[in-house]
Amino acid sequence: MGVRKNQANLTAQEKRAFVNAVLALKANGGYDPFVTTHNQFIISDVDNGERTGHRSPSFLPWHRQYLLEFERALQAVDPSVNLPYWDWTADRTATAGIWGADFMGGNGRSSDGQVTTGPFAFSGGNWRLNVNTDSRTYLRRQLGTGVAQLPSRTDTESVLAITTYDAAPWNSSSAGFRNNLEGWRGVNLHNRVHVWVGGQMATGMSPNDPVFWLHHCFVDKLWSEWQKRNPGKTYLPTAGTPDVIDLNDRMKPWNTVTPADLLDHSGTYTYDTGF
Amino acid sequence: MSEDTHATELTRRRMLQGAAAALTVATGTVVIGLAGPGGGAATAADPGASDSFDEVFQGRRIQGRPADVGSHHHGGAAGTGYEVRIDGDELHMMRNADGTWISVVNHYQTFATPRALARAAVNDLQGATLVPVVTA
Repeated sequence: MGVRKNQANLTAQEKRAFVNAVLALKANGGYDPFVTTHNQFIISDVDNGERTGHRSPSFLPWHRQYLLEFERALQAVDPSVNLPYWDWTADRTATAGIWGADFMGGNGRSSDGQVTTGPFAFSGGNWRLNVNTDSRTYLRRQLGTGVAQLPSRTDTESVLAITTYDAAPWNSSSAGFRNNLEGWRGVNLHNRVHVWVGGQMATGMSPNDPVFWLHHCFVDKLWSEWQKRNPGKTYLPTAGTPDVIDLNDRMKPWNTVTPADLLDHSGTYTYDTGF
Repeated sequence: MSEDTHATELTRRRMLQGAAAALTVATGTVVIGLAGPGGGAATAADPGASDSFDEVFQGRRIQGRPADVGSHHHGGAAGTGYEVRIDGDELHMMRNADGTWISVVNHYQTFATPRALARAAVNDLQGATLVPVVTA
């Protein structure tokens, strides 16, 4: 069973193995379909209609399953690899180790936002974007430009303290833990991190930037932490909600798993520490 | 396409946009109505039928207009009843429950009006052209 670790604590060998598995998946054509799937959901999930991947209660279980699918694809390349997570409350500057040339690579250059260092720099020849919003095929970032600050630990604790999982109308206007974590409301955690990174991370094709997985792995960890702190609370809604994934509804695109199936991840993977 | 071809196309595109565009570019960067830290704080105005716009912003023609919801297609406005184009290419956009807007280029950040959303997209594109949204 896998242990998902804080990226800051990975050994040089673990970083290399993760990067190499991601590059191998890109090279064998297995990576880009993940980008396409994400974008299909993000453009079709709407507040007043069917919504599954985003702006809805199933934001968290949908991404939990999506990350599992990606992690399994990496493990098909290298069985030793587990998803690492990026605790953006701690590693919160453009010079943090996550942006090193041995891992995610650095910020984009000022002229065109192009990432020029690390394994995902376009000039390395291994990371061409094929599923994109526009004509640029190179990875871009503008760390800290779209918004100055990443969420703080205090911000994050305030969201973990919300004891209701989600609330009607089950969309971007909802109160509750899910929407405050997603960021459409309140101090804004998840959405703000996408904006802080900038470049493709700010778009519907955000999985083009491999840091997507480390960001969402931490979001998943925060859900896990919330579950631990709120043992009597569970996923809502439980039944009969139009356009919304109820507790026992199967989720597209897999149509094999329900939120109920995904609430307890401990049989599949664990996290190295609590928050 | 190669980077060189890309740059050439962008240059040609800008030239084709003509003198009126060039004059407008000279006015420089416009401060736009971004929402607070990645969303939530924007105050939405109903665009309504009167809120169409057609302007040249930083050398790009941006247009917004109410659209027939029933005509939605891939790359369209997701049933929002509104569409935005940049140099004639449709910018995929969506309306939030609180009345704010997001686009596929800025999908985690809300804007109070379609015009603010279009201008933010032009800023992000830095001259690049939109490509149709891949849905399969």
